[in-house]
Amino acid sequence: MRALNVARLVGLSAAVALTAVISIAFGAADLPLRDVVAALAGGGDETTRTIVINLRLPRAALAFLVGGALALAGAVYQALLRNPLAEPFLLGVSGGAAIGAVTAVILGLNLIATWSLPLASFLGALLAIALVLYIASRTGQGLDTRVLLLTGVVVGTFFNAVILLLLSFAPAETFRSAVFWMMGSLAAADWPAVVVLATYLAPAVIALLFMARPLNLLAMGEETALYLGTQVERVKLAAYVIASLLVAAAVAVSGVIGFVGLVIPHAIRLVWGSNHQFLLPASLLAGGAFLLLADTVARTAAAPAELPVGVITALIGVPLFVVLLIRRAV
Amino acid sequence: MTGTSAFEVRGLRFSYPGAARPALEDVRLSIQPGALYAVIGPNGSGKSTLLKLLLGALKPETGDVLYSGRPVEEWSRRSLAQRIGVVPQGEETAFPVTVREMVEMGRYPHLGILGRPSVDDVRAIDDAMQHCDVDGLKDRPISRLSGGERQRALIARALAQEPTTLVLDEPTVSLDIRHEMEIFELLAELTSTHGKTVVLVTHHLNLAARYADRLLLLDAGRPIAEGTPSEVLTRETIERVYQWSVAVGAHPGPGRDAGAPQVTPLAGEETRE
Repeated sequence: MRALNVARLVGLSAAVALTAVISIAFGAADLPLRDVVAALAGGGDETTRTIVINLRLPRAALAFLVGGALALAGAVYQALLRNPLAEPFLLGVSGGAAIGAVTAVILGLNLIATWSLPLASFLGALLAIALVLYIASRTGQGLDTRVLLLTGVVVGTFFNAVILLLLSFAPAETFRSAVFWMMGSLAAADWPAVVVLATYLAPAVIALLFMARPLNLLAMGEETALYLGTQVERVKLAAYVIASLLVAAAVAVSGVIGFVGLVIPHAIRLVWGSNHQFLLPASLLAGGAFLLLADTVARTAAAPAELPVGVITALIGVPLFVVLLIRRAV
Repeated sequence: MTGTSAFEVRGLRFSYPGAARPALEDVRLSIQPGALYAVIGPNGSGKSTLLKLLLGALKPETGDVLYSGRPVEEWSRRSLAQRIGVVPQGEETAFPVTVREMVEMGRYPHLGILGRPSVDDVRAIDDAMQHCDVDGLKDRPISRLSGGERQRALIARALAQEPTTLVLDEPTVSLDIRHEMEIFELLAELTSTHGKTVVLVTHHLNLAARYADRLLLLDAGRPIAEGTPSEVLTRETIERVYQWSVAVGAHPGPGRDAGAPQVTPLAGEETRE
């Protein structure tokens, strides 16, 4: 079983690499796969190498990181809340991030420095996480995940109302950029963004992968988890905070990209089962590959215009998932 | 009384927040290692609450709960899970998990966060599944098991822990005669042959009378009687606690059950007598 799972993860990693090469080949100028591979290896002609290394590779890397982080966080939320409908933006992180982003746009900070928008939305997301945790942990002893769920949804709704209020006073151009931010985009990708995000994500991903067994138990119920040796309160708190921090970073660099975090974990569960020792790394890889694919379509389908990637994830993902659901159900 | 009790409870009192009366009061008991101990009583009498207090899932208002001579809250959850296997009531999972995967979780207390399963771990899992006759179901999702299969899989998970103590909350609820008897036979074998301590909550007075070494009868959170089946299951006590007329006879045998008290609730005109 273990060997089989390792083989599956190797297969998924190969799929990620393949998707990345394809994603890099397609764009404003389509490049032959042979040239892409040559450029990645450090050869080929100067122009191709510049396009591949400086433009498309960082964007592919960012797509992988964001997609992987969202799918991983979705899988963790689903186990923590024992709710199949849980997704990364359910608990208000996106609302907080949007408040930060919209505030930055309205104040015109994004025109002063490009990094101020991701920073503002990251701070907004942190505010949402802290607020939800504060409210949820005040309602009794320990962290009641049902209260956490309700608090997250309510705080998110409140933030969204505040955003709409702010935007109703904003000029049309601000409104437009805010709406586009909320639909998600990876267009801001560059190497500094990739490096910062990768450095930030690495410890969080490792910490969550270490929690696979406690999450297996938590998914069976808190009482069972306790009787099988889990420090339930500590695991719940760590799972919530770490997964939310992943989402906060993802949403800060790319806006609200829906669907990946909800459906990728379910697709893995449908095909390969719910053991988190496999589900978590598989969600990370499959989420990354899926967003790479969606972003390639978003960039190329209506070129030179770019489609919002959060729309594409749902447009491709929903039919794929429905097929999977029907075939497994029979 | 010799040696250390498996569980020792003194002066126990517990109330749920906002409740008018304590869920448990004045409970004291001592469960000897290797005993099969049954907790009985009407619905809402505090049986499941008592189990949760024994297992440290709830904290007593007053009184002490000791496991192997040491306060239960002083044990780490992992050391307790290496020693006590629990079959909870009404466990439900939101995601597809196979029987094998669920039984494997019984080894987590021994494996920790990252430990790789050794030959011994795999053997413990295989043995537990065979013992409970669920090895034929290993790839079946637990959501597609019948009530009896499900209980057996839960017991297999508890046995995979290789615990010295087993705690079960109504393990035979909704099972047919054969599956019910199989589980009681299994519990009897675990105590007599393997020296394990078994604590269970059950509504089956007659099976409790035949299999348990000692019984605790609870009513409205208070202990009404504690002792051997013949000491606890008398007509007066049962009629008072359950508010229903009964006849208490003796099991006709053959075998070791001979003479065990057997309770028959009376029906129709007999109840007015």
